[in-house]
Amino acid sequence: MNSLSRLFAIIKKEVRQLSRDRLTFGMVVGLPIMQILLFGYAINTDVRNLRTAIADQSATHLSRQFIAELAETQVVDIVSFVDTPNVLEAKLRKGDVSVGVLIPADFDRRVTDSARAAVQLLVDGSDPTILAVANQLSAMPLGFDTMVAGKPNAANIEVRPYYNPERRTPVNIVPGLMGVILTMTMMLFTAVAIVRERERGNLELLINTPVSSAELMIGKVVPYIVIGLIQIALILLVGWLLFDVPVRGSIVDLYIAAALFVAANLALGLFISTAVSTQFQAMQMTVFFLLPSILLSGFMFPFDGMPKLAQYIGEVLPNTHFIRLTRGIMLREASITELASELIFLAVFTTIAMIAAGLRFSKRLD
Amino acid sequence: MNANLAIEARGLSKYFGDLRAVSSLDLEVPRGKIYGFLGPNGSGKSTTIRMLCGLLTPTEGDATVLGTVIPGNSKALRPKIGYMTQKFSLFGDMSVFENLQFISEIYSYPAKDRSTRIGELLLKYDLRDQRDQLAGTMSGGQKQRLALACAVLHHPELLLLDEPTSAVDPQSRRDFWSNLFRLAESGTTIMVSTHYMDEAERCHRLAILDRGVKVADGTPQQLQASTGMHIVEVVGEDPYAAQAALIDVPEIVSVTQLGVRLRVLIPISVSDPTSLVLQALAQHRVSAAAEVTHATLEDVFVAVTLKSAERVT
Ligand SMILES: Nc1ncnc2c1ncn2[C@@H]1O[C@H](COP(=O)(O)OP(=O)(O)OP(=O)(O)O)[C@@H](O)[C@H]1O
Ligand SMILES: [Mg+2]
Repeated sequence: MNSLSRLFAIIKKEVRQLSRDRLTFGMVVGLPIMQILLFGYAINTDVRNLRTAIADQSATHLSRQFIAELAETQVVDIVSFVDTPNVLEAKLRKGDVSVGVLIPADFDRRVTDSARAAVQLLVDGSDPTILAVANQLSAMPLGFDTMVAGKPNAANIEVRPYYNPERRTPVNIVPGLMGVILTMTMMLFTAVAIVRERERGNLELLINTPVSSAELMIGKVVPYIVIGLIQIALILLVGWLLFDVPVRGSIVDLYIAAALFVAANLALGLFISTAVSTQFQAMQMTVFFLLPSILLSGFMFPFDGMPKLAQYIGEVLPNTHFIRLTRGIMLREASITELASELIFLAVFTTIAMIAAGLRFSKRLD
Repeated sequence: MNANLAIEARGLSKYFGDLRAVSSLDLEVPRGKIYGFLGPNGSGKSTTIRMLCGLLTPTEGDATVLGTVIPGNSKALRPKIGYMTQKFSLFGDMSVFENLQFISEIYSYPAKDRSTRIGELLLKYDLRDQRDQLAGTMSGGQKQRLALACAVLHHPELLLLDEPTSAVDPQSRRDFWSNLFRLAESGTTIMVSTHYMDEAERCHRLAILDRGVKVADGTPQQLQASTGMHIVEVVGEDPYAAQAALIDVPEIVSVTQLGVRLRVLIPISVSDPTSLVLQALAQHRVSAAAEVTHATLEDVFVAVTLKSAERVT
C-alpha cells in the first residue's frame, strides 16, 4: 500500500519535472517528426529515371518491344541509342549514362534459350543504389544478364514486390523508423535519468528515504512508456498523412508490441544509467547501442543479407525484433500471435535488463 | 548496547582504495542530545555520517543506530532518520511546496495531516514567501532551511545534519540552532557536522576528527579543560614581529593571530609559559604583554589537530 503511494509520488515528480524541462519536452515531439520527414523525403532508395543508353544490334520486332517495356518501368530514362558496345562503354566511363543496355544480334534466339543471357546490362557499379536497381531490372520477365552479377539469368524469372508493390521507400522505412526513434529517445531519457539525479545529488537524498530501488526504477520508467506510446501515435499519424503508410493489421497488436519494445529500451537505458557516472557517458553509451540498432536491425539493410556475425548481434537487439513486428503487423497484416516469438524476446529482454539495473543500482549506493 | 545511546560505533572504518577516509572510529551519541562533529576538510565527517545512515558500507567495524546494526538491513532505519546532505539535494526544478509535498508522500505521512504539517514547517523555517518559488532559484541559506524542513518533516528520531549552516548568515544561524534545541528537547537526537566553533560550543557533546581519526571527544567544557596546553595570549603593537619572534621557539607548538592578539599554545609540561614567551619577545626586542588564559574550542581544535599531525609525520 505504502509502496504503491510512493510509486505514485515518484511518477508524479517525474512528470512534473519533465513538463518543466522544455528541451526534453521538445525532443519528445520534435524528434519523431523531424526524423520521419528526414527519412521520408531525403532518403529515397526507389530510384527512377536512370540515364540509359541502348545498343540494339538485333533491331527486330521483339527487341523494340523489349525496349518499350524497359522504358515503361520508368526506372530508366533512355537518352541515346548507339551502334556498338564500345561506344556504350565509353559513355558509361565518361558518366554520360548510368546504365548501358546491349541487345546482341541473335537476341530473338537467345530469349528462348535459358542457358544464355538474352541481354547484357552494363551498369555503373560504383553507386550501390544503381547496382541494386540493375539487379532488380535483371529480374524483368525477359531475363537478361548483368555484367556485375556475372551469371546468366534464367529466362522469365519474375520478382513481384508483394507488400509494397509501388516500391515506395516510406512504406518500408516508417515501420522501422518507429523502432529507431523509440530506441533513441527512450534509451536517452532513461539513461540520463538516474545519472542526472546522481550528479545533482538528489540520489543521496532519495536513497535515504523509504523509497526502494524498485519503486524508483519503475516510477522513472512509467511516464516514459506513455511518452513512447504518444511518439508512436505521432509517427503513425505523420506517416499516414504524408506518405500514406498503412496499418494493415490490428492497431491494438501494434500498440502491444510497441509497449513492450518501449519497456525494453527503457530498461536498457536504466541499466546504462546505473553503469555510468556522468550524463555525458550516458549519452555516449546510448549512441553505442543506437548505431547497431540502426545498422544491424534490418532497418537499413536486409537482415538475411548480412554476414552471420552481424546477424547474431542483430538478433540480440530489441529493435530487430520490433521491426519484424511492425513490418509484419503494419504491412503484412500479421497478428501478434503469429509473431509471438518476437514478443517473447522483448519481454525476456526487458525483464533481464530491469533486474540487472536493479541489482547494479542497489550496489551503487556505495 | 546501551539503550540511552542513539548511535554506538565500534571501530568504524572506511577506505577508498589506499585512502583511509575514516579509521577505527568509536562513537557514543546519547539520545536526545546534540552531538557535534568537528574537523578540517577531508577529515571524514561526511563519510562517517554516510556510513551511519547506511549510504556507505563500512570497510571495517560496525555501528548500532537506533537499535539497528549497520552494516545490515538499513531499511528499517530509513523512516527513523532524517538526513540533510552537505550538498543541496532537493529538486531544483520543483517549488518549495512541491518538494515538501514529495517528501511527505514518500515518507507516507498521513494524507490528512500533510498540508497542516507542511504549513507548520513553512512557518517554522520561514519559507512562506518562497512557497511557490523553484527550490533551485533560492539563496544558499533558504535552500538549507528547506533541506532542514524536509529532513525533519517525518519526525525522525535521529537527525544527521552535514554542515547544515555553511551558507547561513549569523542571525539565521541562531534561529537555525534554536530550532535544533527545540527538536532536541522534544527527544530528537541530532548529529551535526560543522566548521564553526560557536556552533561546536553549543553542542552537548562533540568529537573532533582529523584525517579520519577521532582526536578528541567530550563535552565542550571537558575538551577545553584537557587540551594539555597552556594558552598564552599576547597583545602588542606589532603582532607580525611578535609572531616572528615566537614561531621558532622550540617549546611553542602554535601561534595563531586573531586581529592584534596572538594565541600561543605551549605544552602543559612547561612550568612558566608566560616568562618563556616574554623572554622570546625580549630577545627580538618586541614589546608586548603576555598572559595565560582559558582555552577556547578553537585552541582545542588547533591543539588536537597539531598532535595528530605529529603522529602522522
Ligand atoms: N567516494 C569517494 N571516493 C574516494 N574518496 C573519497 C570518496 N568520498 C570521500 N573521499 C575522500 O575521503 C576523505 C574524507 O572525505 P569527507 O567527505 O568525509 O570529508 P569531510 O570531513 O566531510 O570534509 P568537508 O569538511 O570538506 O566536507 C577525503 O579525503 C575525500 O577525498
Ligand atoms: Mg563533508
